[in-house]
Amino acid sequence: MGLFRYAPIGAKGRTVEQEKMKAKHQRLTLAILALVALIGASLLAAYALQDQASYFYTPSDIAEKQPKAGQAIRLGGMVEEGSIQRGADGVTVEFVVHDGTAKQAVTYTGITPDLFVEGSGVVADGKLTDGGVFRADTLLAKHDENYVPRELDGIDMTGAQNKTETLVQ
Amino acid sequence: MIAEAGLIALWLAAALALLQLALCVIGLTKGQDKLFAAIRPVAIAQGVLVTLSFLLLVLLFIRSDMSVNLVVANSASMKPLIYKISGTWGNHEGSMLLWVAIMGIAGAAIGLFERSLKQRTLVTTLAAQAFISIGFYAFLLIASNPFERAFPVPEDGRGLNPLLQDVGLALHPPTLYLGYVGLSIAFSFAVGAMINRDVGPDFAKAMRPWVLGAWVFLTLGITAGSYWAYYELGWGGWWFWDPVENASLMPWLAATALLHSVTVLATRDGLRAWTLMLAVVAFSMSMIGTFLVRSGVLTSVHAFAVDPERGSFILALLAIYIGGAMALFALRVGTVKEGSQFEPVSREASLVANNLLLSAILGIVFIGTLYPLVVEGFTGEMISVGAPYFNLATGPIALILVAVMAIGPLLRWRRDKAMLVLNRVSIPVFLTAATLFALVLFTTSMSALSLVGLALAAGIAVASFAPLWKRNLRRTPMHTYGMIIAHFGVAVALVGMASESSFTEEKLVAAKPGDELMVNDWKVKLHAIEPMAGPNWTALEARVTAQYANGTTYEIAPQNRMFPSAQTQTSEAALLTRWNGQLYVVLGDSDEQGRWQLRVWWKPFVTLIWFGGVLIALGGLLAMIGRLRRAVRQRRQRAYAEEWL
Repeated sequence: MGLFRYAPIGAKGRTVEQEKMKAKHQRLTLAILALVALIGASLLAAYALQDQASYFYTPSDIAEKQPKAGQAIRLGGMVEEGSIQRGADGVTVEFVVHDGTAKQAVTYTGITPDLFVEGSGVVADGKLTDGGVFRADTLLAKHDENYVPRELDGIDMTGAQNKTETLVQ
Repeated sequence: MIAEAGLIALWLAAALALLQLALCVIGLTKGQDKLFAAIRPVAIAQGVLVTLSFLLLVLLFIRSDMSVNLVVANSASMKPLIYKISGTWGNHEGSMLLWVAIMGIAGAAIGLFERSLKQRTLVTTLAAQAFISIGFYAFLLIASNPFERAFPVPEDGRGLNPLLQDVGLALHPPTLYLGYVGLSIAFSFAVGAMINRDVGPDFAKAMRPWVLGAWVFLTLGITAGSYWAYYELGWGGWWFWDPVENASLMPWLAATALLHSVTVLATRDGLRAWTLMLAVVAFSMSMIGTFLVRSGVLTSVHAFAVDPERGSFILALLAIYIGGAMALFALRVGTVKEGSQFEPVSREASLVANNLLLSAILGIVFIGTLYPLVVEGFTGEMISVGAPYFNLATGPIALILVAVMAIGPLLRWRRDKAMLVLNRVSIPVFLTAATLFALVLFTTSMSALSLVGLALAAGIAVASFAPLWKRNLRRTPMHTYGMIIAHFGVAVALVGMASESSFTEEKLVAAKPGDELMVNDWKVKLHAIEPMAGPNWTALEARVTAQYANGTTYEIAPQNRMFPSAQTQTSEAALLTRWNGQLYVVLGDSDEQGRWQLRVWWKPFVTLIWFGGVLIALGGLLAMIGRLRRAVRQRRQRAYAEEWL
């Protein structure tokens, strides 16, 4: 076994010197390959991040920064009292999210999270439409004692009655 | 008394870990080889004590001992037994204790079973294992004592988060932890080898079964977690790129790379430094992932509420272990002797490609997971990185990787001829091309990724069995069968993923009892909504029948559950599994007109995703058993030869 393991590979009559050169050459090629893979991966990551990372906005942020329609956004705030309206189809829901200063109309088609009620905190992933309405693809509502959606930590408008929240759809 | 006994056992185990480390350091530096004999028993005793401590905590949960804080916060006496047991690790302190218990068990297992490593390397490995454990013992004993008493003793506990009240929780975290912590063995092996300058084929052969074992558990844990999220969350998805999912994926990617590079080291004595690096990285990823999520730095469904003191403690531990191992690597990498060289067309080369691609994917997942933290740290802006990023950035690389996976096993070690290889892969390549052609022709609206994925899967499914071509099936070693099954599992999972993402049909309606809807070949009818009660919940249950095109009718019952003790609802999806897919029904809210929201998915061949995952794990298991049997046989032969010749 030992004999084979350490036998020179390039047994085409190369000298030891040539083998050493070859070894260096190979290490260099490997290093370059690894570098190319690394750079390629980071470029791909950077490109995808630029396009696909979604920024967190409160309704005031949206009013202030006016993000483009179609850009991926994560919206957070409180569901305004009396604003939830179920559509005639029974599966679309429209409501208003506010953060104390600004408001944002939201529409969502799907089954709402279990504790999605007026006055509760909500985080919605989606996009603004051309009409300025926020179309949510997913809704995350706050829940029981153990989980806190970090984004909602700073927004404390409806009082501290719900210090403990969850991030579960 | 049980709580105190558990705490004492934990203290004793910590003391033994210190002893284990001290014995090794003194033995190595003072040349006192006699001390080494004591290390194995100490490691085993430490494993027994810390396991005892963990079992005592489980016992406290089973007895619903409300004089212990942790039980109060995470259990309730009304809970079914299995959830009392699984509640033990459904919280921060308990999961940390499970973590060190498995660390201890891993150390004991090395002490009991490792026979092929050189003595000094073995001793150092056990010392490294003890050194890591000490940090977590300190963390438990100082910052998060699971056995803390409650005062005054409350009437009843607050109950487990209802989402976690599921049989999935009983299995998924312990399996995953066995994988995470199992990788600590590879880490400790690497430290042992670096300190003793003992990197070579024999070291790789000793390490390989441990890596395989951890990898099998990790694979099973991820597969189980994916299925659990799929049916428990009721969102119909099987992978959400949630930080905690990434936290389990990153060590898996590193471990997958490691178990391939360790083969190069074992067979051809190549990739020495790289293999050591991967062993360090794999367990580092386990720690980084777990603790980023557990410390609450990242927002996640899995983040347990944790105070900042604990977060900094954990980060300090991470810095010591990962930084220390990296520093050791930097110091010793110069002295690791150059491994042997290889040709561009050879098995080794394909395994290098495998490693590069896996590392690239690992890098992308790592960047995507940590990027929000970095951005928030520097600019204060909050962002989230989700599925679109990860799919876009990892998808193409993953497809190249699986293509390499199909070809690699058909290459010879040392050197091969490109023309011969092309000949060998002609059938799979043809199959892939034909499938691609057929899909482009007969399907519409498939994404490029799924299209190529499905086509590749067809080729790989065949290519994975090609290593058996013209071989004596009975003499083919078991680890080769392991590789074949694992690679075939990848093809199976790939079919499931591509099919799920391309051919899923979804309907969302508000239905009155008596209403019917059609989803693909299914006629789904809502009959009634009825209240019902479980041990610690009440529910509204929908009576639904689903009729398949061939006339067979099935009854299913999606539920909405209310948990009074936690004032929480969960939605229990109803799943109907046929050989060709799953029907997935979720019950939503009702409205004033007496209509109920129903969300229905038909997901063709979705079960193949998890079936593939299980096959991959099974392949790893076979490879591990095969390698172990061969090692035992060789040891016997050597012993026999020494005795008689």
